[in-house]
Amino acid sequence: MSTTYVASAPDLLKPVPTREGTRLIQFREALREAMTEEMRRDDRIFLMGEEVAYYNGAYKVSQGMLEEFGPRRIIDTPISENGFAGLAVGAAMYGLRPIVEFMSWSFSLVAADQILNNVPKMLYMSGGQWGCPIVFRGNNGAGGQLGSTHSWCVEALYSNVPGMKIAIPSCPFDAKGLLKTAIVDNDPVFFLESERMLADKGHVPEEEYYVPFGQAALRSEGSDVTLVSFGRPVNFCLEAVKELEKEGITADVLDMRTIRPLDIGAVIRSVKKTNRLVVVDQSWPFASIATEVITQTCEKAFDYLDANPLRVNTEDVPTPYAKNLEAEYLPHKGKIIQAVKASLHRL
Amino acid sequence: MPMRTVYEAKIENLQILDEDGNFDTKLAPAGAPGVLTDEQAVFLLDQMIQCRRLDEIAFTLQRSGRMYTYPQNKGQEAAALGSGFAMRKGTDWLVPCYRENAALFLHGMPMHLIFLHWMGDERGNAIPKGVNITPIAIPIGTQMLHATGMAWAFKQRKEDKVAITYFGDGATSEGDFHEAMNFATAFNLPIIFFCQNNQWAISVPREQQMNSETVAQKGLAYGATCVHVDGNDIFAVYKATHDARERARNGGGVTLIEAETYRLGDHTTADDARRYRDEEEVESWKRKDPMIRLRKYLTGKGLWTDAKQQAAEDAAKILVADVVKLSEGMEKPSTDDMFNYLYEAIPEDLRRQRDTLRTHSLGQDPSQVGLQRR
Ligand SMILES: Cc1ncc(C[n+]2csc(CCOP(=O)(O)OP(=O)(O)O)c2C)c(N)n1
Ligand SMILES: [Mg+2]
Repeated sequence: MSTTYVASAPDLLKPVPTREGTRLIQFREALREAMTEEMRRDDRIFLMGEEVAYYNGAYKVSQGMLEEFGPRRIIDTPISENGFAGLAVGAAMYGLRPIVEFMSWSFSLVAADQILNNVPKMLYMSGGQWGCPIVFRGNNGAGGQLGSTHSWCVEALYSNVPGMKIAIPSCPFDAKGLLKTAIVDNDPVFFLESERMLADKGHVPEEEYYVPFGQAALRSEGSDVTLVSFGRPVNFCLEAVKELEKEGITADVLDMRTIRPLDIGAVIRSVKKTNRLVVVDQSWPFASIATEVITQTCEKAFDYLDANPLRVNTEDVPTPYAKNLEAEYLPHKGKIIQAVKASLHRL
Repeated sequence: MPMRTVYEAKIENLQILDEDGNFDTKLAPAGAPGVLTDEQAVFLLDQMIQCRRLDEIAFTLQRSGRMYTYPQNKGQEAAALGSGFAMRKGTDWLVPCYRENAALFLHGMPMHLIFLHWMGDERGNAIPKGVNITPIAIPIGTQMLHATGMAWAFKQRKEDKVAITYFGDGATSEGDFHEAMNFATAFNLPIIFFCQNNQWAISVPREQQMNSETVAQKGLAYGATCVHVDGNDIFAVYKATHDARERARNGGGVTLIEAETYRLGDHTTADDARRYRDEEEVESWKRKDPMIRLRKYLTGKGLWTDAKQQAAEDAAKILVADVVKLSEGMEKPSTDDMFNYLYEAIPEDLRRQRDTLRTHSLGQDPSQVGLQRR
């Protein structure tokens, strides 16, 4: 029935193109490209959220999409996060494929019952009958002086719930490739972007490509330590590595790209080589993704570790509002360097 | 069988002072309860001038990078002032969102704290003791339930107090609004829901936000008293709020007031409203500016002159310049502040983090990264 709405099938087996190139576009444009390409292919897909249509998105991710797809498929909602999240569930159960934009993942907390208590369980509770092929996407993490209620990192909190996938790109290339995969995935996907990266530029191939879930990317290669991260702090790791190289310290930097599924195999392979692990994670330390990565590494490769694994998280407090405090609170290059040196006993 | 009417209702608009400065003395006879005296009206015009000045300066501070962001109040001063003035300072409680500065100042909120807040500083919400105001609420809608809980506490303690909560037209789309209205009416609580319908929620106009003709009528479903007022008419706003307050004190329960007004500025300084609003619409509302009509009215009565206006504007300039100085003169918050107010007593692990951060810019666990400190 639904096939009549779909012009062509996505070619998921096509090899991912190389990351190198000169087509530099912004992170937000990469996201838009992913949505636009998929929406052209599949009429069941629609985008819904606060300010996404007429205003072109609060952060201009959906710029021009209303013009191309019209108000049937680019939909401004009332300020009712629980409302439109729940509506997406119903629409998905009837065969549509919603993309729901949260202006900020902070506001997704208003919709917690829908997105945590309904979305990830629908397939399970209906004995495999009804899935929720929905992409929930929006800004995650401290956007820069937005205050504690507006600066949520939801990855640790939400990934505790089985039944959904979580993608968290660190660069425009992955933003496009991962979002395309998210949209065609039949399971619900939480897609975590960062306001602080939306203007970042990077090479993004014009062609279509799908970055598979559950495959970490090695962003830098070295032998002394394994740095594991995801989302925005991957870039801080790369900055730290540049500094560390001056002191003769080299590191593997693994960009996890998705948190569920988590490519723990890549971490283990790297740790077997470097024997040291530092995880950099922009959310709170307690029961965080860093905790999970370290636990699994200890479970699976304890004998390969030459030092206790370390975490660089935020401070264990709400996100501060003041500029100087927010900067101290977040993981940054200095903290990463400190942790790497501690791991190498080179303090 | 004939159909019978089981429910019927209408919503009436209250306007006392129109945009040309005409005053309806039948609706507001001098000396009657809920009618502002001349002296009060002059005081409120002066307040309006101060708040407008504060707004302008906040805007320029933001543009020059000295303020993080700021939601302008311009055009909505009568709604905030008229309602705030009807509440008893030090007795009743204000539960705001973020666009009713004028009401907060009336109730003792130091102006520099508002500036400090929008400069991005938690201390801006450190409201002085004795000032009955809760912190500015950023997640849309949440504060309405807090106000309801507070009103319930008044009732439970048999205290003669009323809560007023502020929110926008857009906020009535959140479940919090409906849940708060239902609780408040079901429990018959002493509370006023004050909606500043400024016609827009960022770029979303009222008629796209909801299909109901008015916000006020939403309260009918919950059995609240529903009032629609010209929000740019300070006399009407004051009277409506005053009457609602008295009703609440006398066990008459909940009032939903919709103050119809207009956001003359942008949503916040991060926004540019010209992209989605007609110049014509803005111009038509400029003519309804609450300050212009109050000035016209008072001038007509011989209570206000150009000289008084000039003096008031000059005084406001000095006042606001001092506010800027005070807020910008604050020392940067110390990293200790992150930890000190999280629990009543700071737990041991947080104390270690706090102490480490004093000397090292470092992650959460000093012992892990080679800095063993107690
Ligand atoms: C739960 C939540 N969702 C979304 C937002 C983003 N947001 C901030 S202000 C605003 C519009 C509010 O409109 P309205 O209630 O009419 O108040 P106004 O700004 O017009 O005074 C939105 C959507 C938020 N702060 N909180
Ligand atoms: Mg509004």
